[in-house]
Amino acid sequence: MADEVILLDFWPSMFGMRTRIALEEKNVKFDYREQDLWNKSPILLEMNPVHNKIPVLIHNGKPVCESLIQVEYIDEVWPGVNPLLPSDPYQRAQAKFWGDYIDKKVYASARLTWGAKGEEQEAGKKEFIEILKTLESKLGDKIYFGGETFGYVDIALIGFYSWFEAYEKFGNFSIEAECPKLIAWGKRCAERESVAKSLPDSEKIIKFVPELKKRFGIE
Amino acid sequence: MNQGEQVKVLGLWGSPFSKRVEMVLKLKGIPYEYIEEDVYGNKSPMLLKYNPIHKKVPVLVHNGRSIAESLVIVEYIEDTWKTSQTILPQDPYERAMARFWAKYVDEKVMVAIWKACWGPRSEREKETKEAYEGLKYLEKELGDKHFFGGETIGFVDIAADFIGYWLGIVQEASGVTIMTAEEFPNLQRWSKDFIDNNFVKEVLPPKHELAALFKAQFGSVTSD
Repeated sequence: MADEVILLDFWPSMFGMRTRIALEEKNVKFDYREQDLWNKSPILLEMNPVHNKIPVLIHNGKPVCESLIQVEYIDEVWPGVNPLLPSDPYQRAQAKFWGDYIDKKVYASARLTWGAKGEEQEAGKKEFIEILKTLESKLGDKIYFGGETFGYVDIALIGFYSWFEAYEKFGNFSIEAECPKLIAWGKRCAERESVAKSLPDSEKIIKFVPELKKRFGIE
Repeated sequence: MNQGEQVKVLGLWGSPFSKRVEMVLKLKGIPYEYIEEDVYGNKSPMLLKYNPIHKKVPVLVHNGRSIAESLVIVEYIEDTWKTSQTILPQDPYERAMARFWAKYVDEKVMVAIWKACWGPRSEREKETKEAYEGLKYLEKELGDKHFFGGETIGFVDIAADFIGYWLGIVQEASGVTIMTAEEFPNLQRWSKDFIDNNFVKEVLPPKHELAALFKAQFGSVTSD
């Protein structure tokens, strides 16, 4: 019996990118359905009634919500190829800790780099760089966050990499100057087929930001 | 297999996050050394060493290696000590659902309840509405089940310990009522069974001490 896998997503979402990458890593065929977040579809409201947010993974009719929960679910359902989480409980706990850190810290400060002005923007930029530096020191000289193999923490963070040039442009700063190892990591990950297929061009994100600002009523 | 196993919990006596870890260790029969941390006063060198990123409790130290974030710790305990009492289901979909609801409790419901009781006055009405709606989702998800985990206490029950025990005390101390027996019969019934469980009971902080702590730290709605 073939699996039916549908992904309700929004192309610039760094959270949706996580799920796309996980599915690609596992060679799972899925039906990608672009969502209009300002005019939410009946299927989105039905499949994620609690949050009404993307991404929503629908596997054989049953929805799974929250991107990192989806990544873990995908790893558990399709364990044979490209494990995304370590099998060792301690390493797995470390991966989840950092996934949680990325979830709690990166988005909020990143948003201020393009979505705020003046002092608020400067404070946001500073915090954002500090958070990236913490992540960079966790990466160290490893190829990926998990070591030799691409996995959960890389997947948790890489979507933001597609937004880096936009943050730099609208925030008027250089991420590479502060975090060269992290940029090198991003480039390495972007060469992976699953990532290349799942991340939009930085140019497209840069063009999208002014539109997003208008939607949020930010000048 | 357990010879030389060293398990320490760095915790805070009144914290529902800290208690989640202790509940699971008790449920699974894992002995541990508890160390009370003065988190709001003087953070100990040990805390700063074992949780340099967040400098918070709980932290589990197992044979010298530390894990932080209560729900990450709970899953680590589940993965490491294979006992007959399991916290998460076997089926991947059921696991994803358990993780979803635990995250919902943590990030939405608890936060809204806290802000409704003690947040800025201007936001309390909005937060109360959010907390109420959040609890309604949980009421529906629990339904007729004995516990969120089914017949036995599971991941979501542990995550919702604040709702099971702390909420009643918080409501009394703050004067803000969000969850009533009439509107939330399932959660009311569940919380009685939850706090009656022997292993949970063993770790819960005394009610009068918690009430005194809340009153002292936050005062009440009527006092400003």
